[in-house]
Amino acid sequence: MDLNVLSFATQVGILLVLLAVLHQPLGAYLARTFTSHRDLAAERGFYRLAGVDPTADQRWTIYLRSVIAFTIVSILALYLLQRLQGILPFNQGMAGVDPWVAMNTAVSFATNTNWQTYAPEATLGFGVQMLLLAVQNFLSAAVGIAVAVALIRGITRSQTSGLGNFWVDMTRTVLRVLLPISVVGAVLLVVGGVVQNFSGTPITTIAGQLGQTVPGGPVASQEAIKLLGTNGGGYFNANSAHPFENPNAFTSLFEVFLILLIPSALPAAYGRMVGDKRQGYTVLTVMAAFWLISTTLMAWATAAGAGVGLGEGFEQRLGVAPSSIFATATTLTSTGAVNVAHDSLPPLAGGLLMLNMMTGEVAPGGVGSGLYGMLVLAIITVFIAGLMVGRTPEFLGKKIGAKEMKLVALYILVTPALVLAGTAVTVAIPDLAAAAPAAGPHGFSEILYAFTSAANNNGSAFGGITSSGPGLATLLALAMLLGRMLPIVLVLALAGSLAQQRKIPVTAGTVHTHGPLFATMLGGVSLILTALTYFPALALGPAAEGLVK
Amino acid sequence: MTSYLRQLLTAARFLLLATLVLGLAYPVVVFGLGQVLAPAQANGSIIREAAPGSGASGTGASDGAAGAGTAVGSSLLAQPVEGHEFFYPRPSAVAWDPASSSASNLGPNSPALAEAIDASRAEVAARENVDPAAVPIDAVTASGSGLDPDISPAYAALQAPRVAKANGLSEAQVNELIAHNTSGPLESFLSQPAVNTTTLNLALAALAK
Repeated sequence: MDLNVLSFATQVGILLVLLAVLHQPLGAYLARTFTSHRDLAAERGFYRLAGVDPTADQRWTIYLRSVIAFTIVSILALYLLQRLQGILPFNQGMAGVDPWVAMNTAVSFATNTNWQTYAPEATLGFGVQMLLLAVQNFLSAAVGIAVAVALIRGITRSQTSGLGNFWVDMTRTVLRVLLPISVVGAVLLVVGGVVQNFSGTPITTIAGQLGQTVPGGPVASQEAIKLLGTNGGGYFNANSAHPFENPNAFTSLFEVFLILLIPSALPAAYGRMVGDKRQGYTVLTVMAAFWLISTTLMAWATAAGAGVGLGEGFEQRLGVAPSSIFATATTLTSTGAVNVAHDSLPPLAGGLLMLNMMTGEVAPGGVGSGLYGMLVLAIITVFIAGLMVGRTPEFLGKKIGAKEMKLVALYILVTPALVLAGTAVTVAIPDLAAAAPAAGPHGFSEILYAFTSAANNNGSAFGGITSSGPGLATLLALAMLLGRMLPIVLVLALAGSLAQQRKIPVTAGTVHTHGPLFATMLGGVSLILTALTYFPALALGPAAEGLVK
Repeated sequence: MTSYLRQLLTAARFLLLATLVLGLAYPVVVFGLGQVLAPAQANGSIIREAAPGSGASGTGASDGAAGAGTAVGSSLLAQPVEGHEFFYPRPSAVAWDPASSSASNLGPNSPALAEAIDASRAEVAARENVDPAAVPIDAVTASGSGLDPDISPAYAALQAPRVAKANGLSEAQVNELIAHNTSGPLESFLSQPAVNTTTLNLALAALAK
């Protein structure tokens, strides 16, 4: 299989044009969703039944407490109901899920990671898939968006402690944004060939073999939100490489579009909410530049590293261009859906996918998490720029003092610490390292990829690794949980701190956070931070494998 | 403490409500829309052998109508085949079992992968009676899903003489069927040309009857 450069460029162009056209209207809609004072009738019903006071303006600690309470309840419900699958309805005869797998999966889906240590076809019935996992696909995505919105409010508000209401932000995100787009997306996927039914079809094969059953299930409904919410957990084990999840090149391109849709519209919403559209454009430009460069490098690294020829792990109907575009989008966001087996890609291509996740998934990133990740990087950039010109750094009229910088610095350190410590511990303990059967640098890559994916809440894998044993299932669950919750704690604390400040006026000495100069600086700072942190680890894995062999 | 418990209770009620809307109503609505707008696809692109005596041959096109004949498979999924009269799909890490799906997940420099490719190449070369160097890459590499029904036109062309002979057909007839079961120009441009072995084998069986 070869790379068709014209086809690749055409598809990248289609995505760029579609997103360029849609990001402003969708961004405006998102901004309205989070600033409107009117509740829909359905939303009022939600608040009444859930016992929420929608007018309560939560300070950051209360907002955070709501996020944590919701995550705890979600994890407990996911764990218990998976364990009880054997006696619950719609289980397709599947038994209760193994405790370690259930624990890992509960954390995985509640944290928007969707790392899958189980083979769905052999583990889960329709009930768990649609009543538990698909629901978390919506809700964990909404949590990310809510936290991003709270950070924006922290920037725009002054001398207040209120960041908005978590339950209102969740409800509106789900009912006004994710659900309507998912219905349309799911129907289009069905038209494209994705299945949506509640029973398999027994067949007698053309060669006369009896006893096979074409699988069924509510796949399209889960597929749409899996991508739109940058979740990535497949209905089937092969994820978006499975013909029933991704039947052809059209659906593959559409799925990439769904992945990028909300993350690329959130900067526009941010620009509108802070009252300066240029802020949104600057952030989006950096995201788009990273995406374009990485997608192009991925196609090149895949084609150039072909070795005996590309084919292993690829689907014939998807080929090199659709696979490169999909693999890049899925790792530059927190999605982790795959349409090609990442483990079998040429070493440098696989390394590039790790690097994508290591940048913190900010181009354009997971829904919500991409924006708040990028804003944290922007604050660091302002800080560095402030040091260069000898001024106290400020960001959109808010002073970035010692307290804010501590929070931001911790944010930047948390994920790499989890990735590198998790990898080091696993490599050092032979029983754990045995989970990655490949010898030499590739085995190291499988472990590094697993922890990079877990701590960044991506969920894709070098699939050769077996993570269902108690040791690795627990370590990865910890990486997912801390990799999700610690950054959220820090972002909300930052938002709370910014909200309390008085706005300071723009002066001649203010470092502007828009325009090409700042965009370039932001891109550079992001790259340098990633490079300094991760290059030694990448050198031991993909670089060693790609350069030596 | 009580306020924390209250938050947990709110969270539980919220999750329950969300489950009713997102876990139940949403998939059922998509199911309903799918059954109205695209029932054939929604039900798995099932292909059926023409009912005996109906005269129509069950070629490629999938139909959603129930009871139109025995279901023989999905046009989207590969099937295991045995014998000279069939086109072989690509190697599969799950033996083409539709109840599972997986890639081999072997690393690019894995010795096991190199062995598997060599073994497949020898097997295909022997089956098609050609030089091992003439075997295309998709014929010797396992697909990402293990259920990929598609092969390259090169692999189809390699198999055509054997299949034509075993079915008592001319190579021209078989080539025509291959062309009929190859992806359209736009799809081929977006990815690469792909020949669907499942629909091709069904068309072949109908013609050879």
